Order: sequence, then structure tokens, then C-alpha cells
Amino acid sequence: MAFYFISIVLLGFIAVYALMAVWAERKISAWIQDRVGPVVTGKYGLLQTFADIFKMLQKEDITPTLADKKLFLAAPILVFTAVFMGFATIPFSPTYISSSINIGIFYLLAIVSIEVLGILMAGWASNNKYALLGSIRSIAQIISYEIPAALAILAVIMLFQTLNLQEICMQQGILSKQKIYFFGFWEVSKIGGVFAWTIFQAPHLFIAFIIYFIASLAECNRTPFDIPEAESELVAGFHVEYTGFKFGALFLAEYAMMFLVSMIAAVLFFGGWNTPLPNLASFALADYTTGTYWGIVWILLKALSLVLLQVWIRWTFPRYRMDQLMTLCWKVLIPLSFVLVLFSGIWKLFILN
Amino acid sequence: MRKKKNTYLLIKGLFKGLAITLKHFLKPKNRVDKGIQSEDYFSQRTGSSTLRYPADQIPVPEVGRYQLDIEMDDCIVCDLCAKICPVDCIDIEAIKATEDIGKTSDGTTKRLHAAKFSIDMGKCMFCGLCTVVCPTECLVMTSEYDRSFTNPQELNYVFAEMPEAEAAQKRELAAVAEQAKKEAKAAALANSAINKEGQI
Repeated sequence: MAFYFISIVLLGFIAVYALMAVWAERKISAWIQDRVGPVVTGKYGLLQTFADIFKMLQKEDITPTLADKKLFLAAPILVFTAVFMGFATIPFSPTYISSSINIGIFYLLAIVSIEVLGILMAGWASNNKYALLGSIRSIAQIISYEIPAALAILAVIMLFQTLNLQEICMQQGILSKQKIYFFGFWEVSKIGGVFAWTIFQAPHLFIAFIIYFIASLAECNRTPFDIPEAESELVAGFHVEYTGFKFGALFLAEYAMMFLVSMIAAVLFFGGWNTPLPNLASFALADYTTGTYWGIVWILLKALSLVLLQVWIRWTFPRYRMDQLMTLCWKVLIPLSFVLVLFSGIWKLFILN
Repeated sequence: MRKKKNTYLLIKGLFKGLAITLKHFLKPKNRVDKGIQSEDYFSQRTGSSTLRYPADQIPVPEVGRYQLDIEMDDCIVCDLCAKICPVDCIDIEAIKATEDIGKTSDGTTKRLHAAKFSIDMGKCMFCGLCTVVCPTECLVMTSEYDRSFTNPQELNYVFAEMPEAEAAQKRELAAVAEQAKKEAKAAALANSAINKEGQI
């Protein structure tokens, strides 16, 4: 029963989050470009995206005559389902995780790749050259960027010796059963807080985070890696033929995907549901602020801050060219992440022992 | 060595870009419009660029040439504006009055009825010549610039239109008065001719 309840709550949360994220993105982009953004609908234009989604749902659902009807319908469903399934192994608090499986992060990497299949289906079924080009670019990009992302994650999980995301979270705070060292020299198992987060457990893990973050931007098809959608070249990329509800589902999936990769980053690098406040002598702030509800608050704050960072980056940097994109991935990020994996092994063997 | 420097410049550039967007993000969001006449018009760099149009408007200069407007009470129907108009957008029909019909606010006596006074703003080229020649300064250009219509007929602003019956009556009266004047003149001429003959 609780399982169904929580999955429905999660679905509702993601839908509302996606609408608010679209609103926030419009507002932030407007402010960055010295505009004002939506202001008319509701206070500060808060209801603008709700109005947009109602408009979208009322629109005529057009399927191109020459489209592959079944795949055209299946693609948005597959894309959204894949992203939503990813939330199953994300721990929301010390006590709650939908599915505490011991291959958690591995499952997530697989799930994230399924989205590619949906994008390919959408591009192919549309029977439109722009859509097909967009999906081909998307596949090339996402498959390439899986590698540095997976290697950066590997550098982290080599230190924790587990694939279970709940256990990874546990090892970054005061609930840890193992000893935690701040940069390998200061034991912080009882102090916790920001000092116990992954990025402070070893000096190379912040670079691992940056590599993972860049790769996750590419996997979400976000600027500067939005060549699959490249408005100025491909109209809208793989979803150019979609209208109405199906377009809404693809749009929702894009924002849910942003949230999912931010959640993964928060869990792997920023302590997941662990509090950023450390225990300071008699002020046991970390003890006070660790718990089921605090956990949900912290992880959401962390993930949403990362989403904000993604939005900020989108409205700052121009788009990569295809060859530059591949150069960055294969010649810079992948060698660097291999070095990080090696460094993780050395750190685990010689510093933590 | 060169490559190292490039990487450094690249990362520096990325952060510089983020700093620039953050600076704009934190800027105040209200727009301040001082109008073209203010001293620092070209140095207004704060606030957003969006003008929330119906609510906020750019101040227009006092001498701006926008919509034409006429105060019919002050018009003496002299027809000067219609004559100067380069595109003939002013249409006036004047009927002579039998006696003075009043005074304008600057004291000029009105001697003509305006049977018709209309300005077609669809034709108007906004040169403002008509407002220059107007002797009583009743024809002016207002600061209103955002009038629009769905029906092009509405662009023809009708400022005075006398009902046809009244106009006909006025015309008749004017014709009668004219006739009477003519006769008086002819009689006077004849009179003077007789007088002249008598003198000779």
C-alpha cells in the first residue's frame, strides 16, 4: 500500500516539479537576459506553465501521415517511463528508499541509457529529416558521454565498495558504520556534516563530480550539449513532429531527467540526505538535522540547486559543435576519468588502509 | 606549454561567462524610463529591457507628431490646413453664415459654418504643416500614438458633420444672402454709374 502511495506522490511531485522548473527556467533566463519573464498569469507569473500545460492538453493530437504510428506513440511513453523508473533506487531519507537493491547505481546507468532508445524511436517514427538527424546526434552524444559518467561514478563507488545508493549515502554522514576521513587525514565519522561528503573524502572526487556533471548535461541534452535539439539548425530535433500530450510527456521527461541526474549527483557527491551542518562540540547540529523529514528536505535542496546550476549553465554557454563535443568526450573527459579511477584505487589501497 | 595555457584560458573564460550571467541575473528587474529629454538618457543601463507596454509607457516628447486633434469651438473653418496638406487628407466644407456666429477663445470672429471637417489619418503623413498654419491654433498633434482600428473607415476622424437638412437650410440661407448681396452690389454699381453720368 505504502509503495503505491509513495509512487503516486512521487509522480505528482515530478509533474509539479517539472512545471515549476519550466517556470523557473523561463524566469531565470529572462533575468539573465534582462527581461522580466512571465508576469501576467498569477503572482510572478507562477501559473504560466499550468496555463501552458492546459493549452497543450487541449491541442489536437497530430500524427504525421507517413509516421510509424506505433513507435510514434510508444516513444514519449518509453522516454518518460524510463526516467520515472530511475527514481526507484534513489534514497530520499535514511528510512525511505523505494527499492533498496544492491545494484542501485548500475541500474540507474542502465535506465538512463534506455532514454536513448526512446529518443531514437521518436526521431525514426516521425519520418522527418530533422527529427532523424536530431535523434542520431542524440544517440552519438549520449552513448559517448555514458563512458565518462560511468567512470566518474566508478571512481566514487570504488571508495565506498557498494553499488547500493542507500549505503553510499550512509557512508557520507554520522550514520556511517565505517570510518570517514576528511581528505584522508581527519576522522569525521562523528562530526559529519559537510566534511563527510564524498567530494571532501578524497581530493580527486571534486574533479569526478565535474566530469559527471558535464556528462550528465550531455545526457539530458541540455545546453551546451543540446545539439540533438539545436533550435537554430534542427527546428526542435527529435520532438519536432510531436504535439499536444505527447509533446508534453517528452517535455516532462526532459525536466524529470534533469532532476534525476541531479539526484544521482547529490547522492554520490554531496551526501544525499545527509545534513550539511556538522556536529560542533556540544552543538550536535548534525544529530538534530538527520532524520526522515530532514533527509527529504536536504536531498531535494541539493538536487534542486544542481538543477538551478544546469539552468544557469544553459543560459550562459553557447552550443558545442559536433566534433568539439566528441573531442571533449573522447580526448579529455574519458582519459581524465580513467586517471581518476586509477587514483581512487591508489587512495583506497594506500591512504585509507 | 601552449595547450596548458589554452586550457587555463578556457576554464577562466567559462567562469567569466558564468559571472556575467550572474551579474545580469541579480540586476534590478524594474525598468526606469527617463525619456529622451533627460541628460543621462543614453547611460541608462540598469533594470530590465522589457517595457510592460500597456502598464508602462515610454515618455514621449512634447513636440512629438502623433495623432491630430482639433478643438472645433476654436475653428474658424479658414481651410488653410486643407490647402497646405501635402497628401490632401483634410476634407472641409464651409458654408458662409448670414451673420457672425460667435468668437473663438482668442477673440477671432467666426463667420463660417463647418458643414464637414474630417481628417483621414490613414492618409496623413504626420508632417505637422497643418498645425503650423492654423491661425487659431485649434488644430494640434497630441501625444497619443497607439490608436489602431479593425475597420479602415474608422481612420477617417470626423470632427464636424452637419446634418444634411440643416446644411441644406444653411446653404439656402447663404445663397439667399449672397443673392441679396449681389443685388445690393448691382444696385450700388448702377447707382454709382448714374451718379458718374450725372457728373459728366
